[in-house]
Amino acid sequence: MTTVLALPRPRHGAITLATARRILVQLRHDHRTVGLLIGVPTLLMILLRYVFDAPGAFDRIGPMLLGIFPFVVMFIVTSIGTLRERTSGTLERLMTTPLGKLDLLLGYALAFGVLALVQVAVVLTISMTWLGMNVPGPLWALVLVAVLTALLGMALGLFASAFARTEFQAVQFMPALVLPQTLLCGLFVPRDQMSTALQWISNVLPLSYVVEAMHQLTGNSTPTATLYRDMIIIAVCALLALVLGAATLRRRTD
Amino acid sequence: MMSSAVSVADLRVVRGGREVLHGLTFEVPRGSIVGLLGPSGCGKTTLIRSVVGVQIVKGGTVTVLGQPAGAPGLRTKVGYSTQIPAVYADLTVQENLRYFASVLGAPKGDADRVITEVGLEDARRQVATSLSGGQLSRASLAIALLGTPEVIALDEPTVGLDPVLRQELWKLFYELAARGTTLLVSSHVMDEAAKCHRLLFIRDGYILADDTPQALRARTGSEDLEEAFLRLISERQVPA
Repeated sequence: MTTVLALPRPRHGAITLATARRILVQLRHDHRTVGLLIGVPTLLMILLRYVFDAPGAFDRIGPMLLGIFPFVVMFIVTSIGTLRERTSGTLERLMTTPLGKLDLLLGYALAFGVLALVQVAVVLTISMTWLGMNVPGPLWALVLVAVLTALLGMALGLFASAFARTEFQAVQFMPALVLPQTLLCGLFVPRDQMSTALQWISNVLPLSYVVEAMHQLTGNSTPTATLYRDMIIIAVCALLALVLGAATLRRRTD
Repeated sequence: MMSSAVSVADLRVVRGGREVLHGLTFEVPRGSIVGLLGPSGCGKTTLIRSVVGVQIVKGGTVTVLGQPAGAPGLRTKVGYSTQIPAVYADLTVQENLRYFASVLGAPKGDADRVITEVGLEDARRQVATSLSGGQLSRASLAIALLGTPEVIALDEPTVGLDPVLRQELWKLFYELAARGTTLLVSSHVMDEAAKCHRLLFIRDGYILADDTPQALRARTGSEDLEEAFLRLISERQVPA
């Protein structure tokens, strides 16, 4: 009997990077999805600019939506994407390999983080040039809040996909988890005008801090303490959702 | 004891509130091809899933290469191909294999090696959705060969393949076994049973027989293994 050479144990960083690359290659094959991911928020921004046909109103609402669009889009794409991994058997297959749960989740985070960056860059460029959006706060902070929010949407999508057995169910989680947050985050009605009970609910929903952060950026030319606090809250929520998502990935299933 | 590649003792699995494997015990010798034969729904897939360590088991032990099934140390040593081809539909054959190769830490060039072994050279740049059923199952099989695992578990690897391809794959299985690889292959096609070194006849979550094809023919007095299977079933049902 010949001896079979043992493989060196692959490093986790390398697996994470390979996973991120694989997800980006999958997207590269799917031009229409990439087009929609970038085109839809851009189109909505243009629409918004002309619906609120007053410069002040667009300056206030535009940045808030710059945070919310990537959140919604990433939620949908990730929940469907991971559901596909679960149902196609590729996840089961990966669970027999050295890939760790975090490799998969961080791989998704990295790939969709890159995508979110591209999405935000395109939407922001068009908003600030053609649409004439004026944001007094620093640009880096605006991009950072938008990307963190996209990652939050991604992490929540990952988590939600664990509770969906079919793609029909997965898309329903979008209105279920995203729309209440959109209603309560202060976009439509300022949070301090809501009833106490709704304010409490709003306080524990991460999207409220996205809107607050964007509000800080539209009202101040330098970063405020509230802005930094909001960024930390968004990042911690994203991390928490990612950890919860990891807990739903099981090597052994029924 | 390292003589067996896989050793299963009193394996019980419950799925959907129903016991589907009722205390199976068997050994898979190293370097052999063991066929899991039985009708659809008899527990073949559950058994394979238990061996690769992705199935929640109720009781008993499954030991692979001296370690409990699913142990971290086994993750580069056990290859697995699911019944439904598990590949990324939106990646090409080559992209799929390169990804799984890097997850396994397989050497460079391993993706190309396995593409050749399953005869998919001409389709390597094709996106998986555009592959035929047979090509798709070979792409899925190729992933199980990456990194030269010591034990390979294949769930119905030859479904939908034309006879020529099926013969070529069996040639590959024999080559792998000759190199010391252990193969656990499930099938519901009886004409493949004769090609295995050993057979496990499974029905309703029980092992009906665990022997070589020759011994099974001799024991049941029938040349045809399908016939042998039927005789074993009726032997069970008629009280001695």
